[in-house]
Formats: sequence, C-alpha cells, structure tokens
Amino acid sequence: MLTGGKASGTGPPGADTLREQVREFLASHDPAGLPRVEFLRARFDAGLAAVHYPAGLGGQGLPRALQSVVEAEFAAAGAPTNRPERIGIGLGMAAPTILAFGSDEQKARWLRPLWTGEEVWCQLFSEPGAGSDLAGLATRAARAEGGGGAWSVTGQKVWTSMAHEARWGLLLARTDPDVPKHAGLTYFGLDMTGDGVEVRPLRQLTGEAEFNEVFLTGAAVPDADRIGGVGEGWRVAQGTLMNERVSIGGAALPREGGMIGSAARTWREHPELRTPGLHDRILRLWADAEVARLASDRLRQQLAAGQPGPEGSAAKIVFARLNQEISSFEVDLAGGDGLRYADWTMRRPGSVSFYGRDAGYRYLRSRGNSIEGGTSEILRNIIAERVLGLPAEPRTDTKVPWKDLPR
Amino acid sequence: MSITTQQPAGRGLPDLLYSEAERDLRGAVRSVLAERSDWPAVLARTETSETYDTALWRVLAADVGCGGLLIPESHGGAGAGFREAAVLAEEAGRAVAPVPYLGSAVLATVAALRAGDAELLSGLAAGTVTAALAVPFAIRPGAPGAAARPGAVRVEAPRPGDPGGQARLTGAVRGVADALPASVLLVPADGVPAGLYAVDSTAPGVSLSPVASLDQTRQVADLALDGVPARPLASGPAAADAVASALTAGAAMLAAEQLGLADRCLELTVGYLKERYQFARPAGSFQALKHRLADLWVAISQARAAARYAAACLADDDPDTPVAVALAKAACGDTATLAAQECVQLHGGIGFTWEHPAHLYLKRAKATSAAFGTPDWHRATLASLATLPGPPQR
Repeated sequence: MLTGGKASGTGPPGADTLREQVREFLASHDPAGLPRVEFLRARFDAGLAAVHYPAGLGGQGLPRALQSVVEAEFAAAGAPTNRPERIGIGLGMAAPTILAFGSDEQKARWLRPLWTGEEVWCQLFSEPGAGSDLAGLATRAARAEGGGGAWSVTGQKVWTSMAHEARWGLLLARTDPDVPKHAGLTYFGLDMTGDGVEVRPLRQLTGEAEFNEVFLTGAAVPDADRIGGVGEGWRVAQGTLMNERVSIGGAALPREGGMIGSAARTWREHPELRTPGLHDRILRLWADAEVARLASDRLRQQLAAGQPGPEGSAAKIVFARLNQEISSFEVDLAGGDGLRYADWTMRRPGSVSFYGRDAGYRYLRSRGNSIEGGTSEILRNIIAERVLGLPAEPRTDTKVPWKDLPR
Repeated sequence: MSITTQQPAGRGLPDLLYSEAERDLRGAVRSVLAERSDWPAVLARTETSETYDTALWRVLAADVGCGGLLIPESHGGAGAGFREAAVLAEEAGRAVAPVPYLGSAVLATVAALRAGDAELLSGLAAGTVTAALAVPFAIRPGAPGAAARPGAVRVEAPRPGDPGGQARLTGAVRGVADALPASVLLVPADGVPAGLYAVDSTAPGVSLSPVASLDQTRQVADLALDGVPARPLASGPAAADAVASALTAGAAMLAAEQLGLADRCLELTVGYLKERYQFARPAGSFQALKHRLADLWVAISQARAAARYAAACLADDDPDTPVAVALAKAACGDTATLAAQECVQLHGGIGFTWEHPAHLYLKRAKATSAAFGTPDWHRATLASLATLPGPPQR
C-alpha cells in the first residue's frame, strides 16, 4: 500500500549547538567595541567563519547548509561582515580551490586573510588569445634561473575584475609547451603586488571599466605558491570554474528579486506605457523569471542535500537569457526615456550590480552575462557531453604538442 | 558575484526535490508500465476499439494503489498527497499510458473528496469504481463566458415514481477525457438545484460517443444525457468549489504528466543520436544537434521546478497555489510540446513514421497543452494573480 511521507524536524542537526557557540563568542567579543578586522579574525579562529571549512581553518567541517544559522545569529547581533560583495572571487572561487587542492601551508597562509577581506583575490585565466578555448592559453611560467624552484611568468591576462585591488591572483599558466595543451598547464597563486605585474583598466561597452588587463613580465612566483602538481593546472581550474558558475547563476532571491523587479515596477507605475504586445511579453517574462527562481532554489536544495547536480550550468544559461530579454523589454517599455543613457564617462565602478542604474545600462551590461564565466555556447557543450553523454566533436587540438597548434 | 548562503527573504520555498518514498513509488509504477504497456503495445491499442487499457488500469488502481492515492485511509485509500500523485502522473506521461489515471484518480477523486461522498470514495479507493468528471478536456478554468462552462446539462423535474432525492439530467458535454472507461460520471448541471451529480454510465439515456482524437492514447468522448437518473453529490457553491478544485488539481497533475513526457522524449532522442551514424560520425556529436538537446534539458530542468512547486503548493493548501499552477501548466505545456517536436525532428525520417512512437508523444503533448488552459492562457491569468494589468481600456 502506498503511503505519503513528509519530512519532519525543526532544523538541521547541530543548529542549536552552533547558535550556542555564536552566543558564547559574542559574549567575549563585542561586535560594537572591537575593530572590524580583529572581530573577523577572531570569528575565523573560533571556527565560525564558514562552518563547512575544516576545523582550524575557519570552520568545523559541517554541512554548508548550516552556515545560514551562523549568519543569522551574527546578523541579529549587528556584527560586522566581511563585505562578501567585495571578495566574491576569493570566497566563491579561490577558497574552494585552495581547500580542494592547496597544501596545508597554503591553507594556513591564505584562507584567513581571504575570508576577513584583508586580502582580495582575482582570477587570471582568460587571455586575448584564449577565451572559450581556455586550455590553449599562452602565458608562460618557466623555472627561473638561480634555482630554488621559483617560476618566472610572462604573458597577458584579460577580463580580470578586482585586479587593481587584489593582493593575490589565481593564475593558470603554461609550464610545458611541448605536451598537448591540457597537460602543460599549472595553477599558481600570484602576488599581485610583485614586480612585473602591471594592471590596466579595460573599458567595456557600457562605458566604464569593471575589468582589467594584466600584463605579466617576468613576474616571480615561488614554487611554494603552486596549487596542485606541475601539469595538473587544468584539473584544478575545472574546480574553480564550476564554483564560478554556481555563484553567478545561483544567488537566492525573493519573488521579483532579480531583473524582473524593476520591469514589473515600471509596468505597474506607468499604465500609459502599456501596449498589448508588451503585455504579452511581460507576462511571459514574469512567468519565466519566477520559474527560473524556483529552479535556482531547487538547485540550492540539491546542493544542501549533497546532490551537486550539473543544473548550475542550466541556471547560468537561463539567468543570462532572462536578464537580456527583460532588460531589452525595459528599453522598449521606457519609450523616449529608453533613448537616453545616464553617463558614458570612463569610470571604475566601486561595485557592480546587474540590476542597477537605468534600463539602457542594464540592457548593455546583460550582454556580458552570456559571455562571462563560460559562454552560453560552451555551457551547452558541457550539458550535452557531461549530462546527456553525447559524444564530443572530433578534435584536432588535443593530442599534438601545444607549440605545434595553429594560432 | 558573491556567494549567498542565507535563505531568501520572506517565506521559504517548500521542498522541491523527490523524497525516498516518492522514488520508490516511481520505481514500482515504472516497472508495471514497462512490463504491461510498452510503446508497441500502446501503439497497437490505438487501432483497436478498446483504446483504454482497462486491465492495466485495474492493476494500477487496485493492486498498486494508484486509484486511491489521494483518498484518506479512513475511506480505504493510501492517504498520500499531491506530491506523490504528481510522481505517478510523470510516469503516466513517460509511458503515454492509456489509463484514466488523470480523469478518475485525480479529477473525479478530488471532486468526490470536496463533495465528501463516502460511497464513491470507497469504490474509487478499492479500484471497483472508475469515475470521470464530465467537463470538456479543453475547458479553461475561470475563463469568462462559454470557455469556462462545464457543459450544457440541465436538471429536470423528477418523474412520477422516481425515488426521493433522485434527479434527472438532460444535455450534452463535448470532448470529455477518460470518460470511456468510467463506470460513474460526475456531471455538473444547471437548473434546480444546480450542482454536481453522479450518473451510472450504463444507465438508459446515457450516450458516450468515442471521438477520433488528436491524442490517440487518451481518447475523448462526446457525452449526451437524456433524462438520466442522477444522484446529487453537492449543490450551489459547494458543487462549484468541488469542480474548481478538481480542475486546479487536474491542471497541476497534467503539468507533471507533461514533465514526464518531455523527459522521456529527451531520453529517446539522446539515445537515438548516440547510435545513429551519418557522415561517419554519431549524429549526436554534431554541435548543432547537441545545443538543441542541451536547451531542451535546460527547459526540462526549469519545468521540473515549476511542476514540483505546484504539487507542493496543492499538497500544503498554500495560498500561492493559483500562481504555482499557472506557472507549471505554462512551463510544462510549452516544454512538453517542444520536447515532442524535437523528438520528431531529430529522429529525422523515422520520427515521421507511424511505426515509431514519437508521434504518440507529439499527439499527447499537443493535446495536453490545449487541455485545461493553454500556456498562453495560464500566463494571461498572471495579469491579475501577479498584478500585471493590461493596457487601460480606451
């Protein structure tokens, strides 16, 4: 006989213990009295930074889902945050990579200032000649003369957000041009303040410069800052990129919390702008945006239940398409105002919001959503091959030495 | 682009995953369907006079317990909810199973539950009664005018000698799904008293005419009633509520059925393109085809979230149910139609033949998309549900 079954319980196991730990911590560390950084360092040392990090490294090796319990307690106490919007690459990409592939010394050196925000991280992957074909990159890391195993890095990286504020860069470089391209890569942490590192702003089609170009000219990297083995850079980078896609497509939002929010507001406040054709469009976009929000939440539930699915790639494809369609709708809805643009001045924005400013900005910025962090076309390849198991296209570039490839 | 580990502001969403019990249920039903109703059998049945597989339905309803899934244990049912019922609907869709699960175990059952009719419920739970709600399959719940009217059936005055409380119904309902195998018809009727009535489908004066149907695996029938004795189940607002609840649940379970169908179409197509060689390569290695299948997989992952949310809202009697059902029927309807169309196209010539099952899925997908409100119609309901009104009237 079939029976219904409902999940029961009042919260994940360990939640009460964690709440108690936070209260004890707050009793001995006054969030209003201590300097921000000192408070955050102490929180890290108490294992209350990110509970899914290992013990002794800011966490307690607990399920990631329990982090919300800790965040809620600290938020309720008015405690200072590590300003996660400023250190997104560190938290979302560098930390998981270091935890998965770093040495014990690297974890001890890098994780605490990463989490407290004292050290900003950036990502040095894409190059002018290597975008979707990341494994074809040309930045060269060679053993420096004078021994000690140190490396000397020369090349050009591009689309590097936060490079101008970063202390460290996640660097993927070619250490062996004589083997096929995926086998000749190695992953490093690069000191962005060292000699031979030059950062220049890269102006984008919105008029401003969120990103940078980074020119590396004999930049020195000690072998101790290599993450993973020599020649294993591709495998390490794959881990970083999967985390990036989850972080770009997967932020939790309330209903109308994303791009659809401003479109719906304008629609409600300006009956004079409505037409039958636009009405059909907003109903479709609202429905699609709400379904995408449900799918993102379902993805988070899968991750929390320990079933990491490939839905992250789907979420990012949908996120990009919706942002583009909704902002395009907004420009059409705005009528004459849609023909105006706030400001073309070349600036460096302090923080980036896909949903901020005017409809024209949102329309232009959204074009990047289907390019950054893996183009939608590459994500479709990933879904087709890794999820659906379809065969790869015949390739001519994976078996010959990198140096012999046409470019 | 920061990582957010905190819960979204406001009300948290219900569990949108499948439970262990639901996975077990799925496995049990899938193996019965695979054993007793593979697609060659489904295809062969479409050309017989018995388009519904009543023997299979007896097994599913009585032995597996699908008939009484939504019925409380006090009436002999399984006491499960809409989340479990949706999993069964997914499996029925995957198999394009010619059984009246939707009509009997969902629509008629929900109407009987709302009307509180113990006799009907215990028969449905035991699998001895198969029932259908006599409304057009293409009805648009809540639409203004004729599109929302269940039919044109009127209550007549009792005749001399009729037992007390018995009414007689006369009229017609066009294009009723799952009525052909039903032993009991639940008929909404106007007149005095307007209400919901139960009619024995074999009673004198009942005419159920099978119609050549777009969906060959769920044949619709035209119902005509001529002074047929009827037992009142509910009247007035209670009857309207019973019908409306049945249609809401029906739309949500139909969305789940569409999800299962879409999933199966993708699976069939991926399997075929791995084996089909053209230009000395598997056809599935061509990027033009891979991207279409990836897009379909993305659409299905979105539709799954919408279908699960609708089932969860129904199960919890959530006030967001109307929005959830509109989203699910819109997303799953479009996705099922796309999946079936892609299945035909990407199979090439063989997909256009009678001998290949792709057309069974195409016909089911298109018919269910039009049933209980098209995707466009459900999106249009969001104008009021989500406060997105149309242009002001001039």
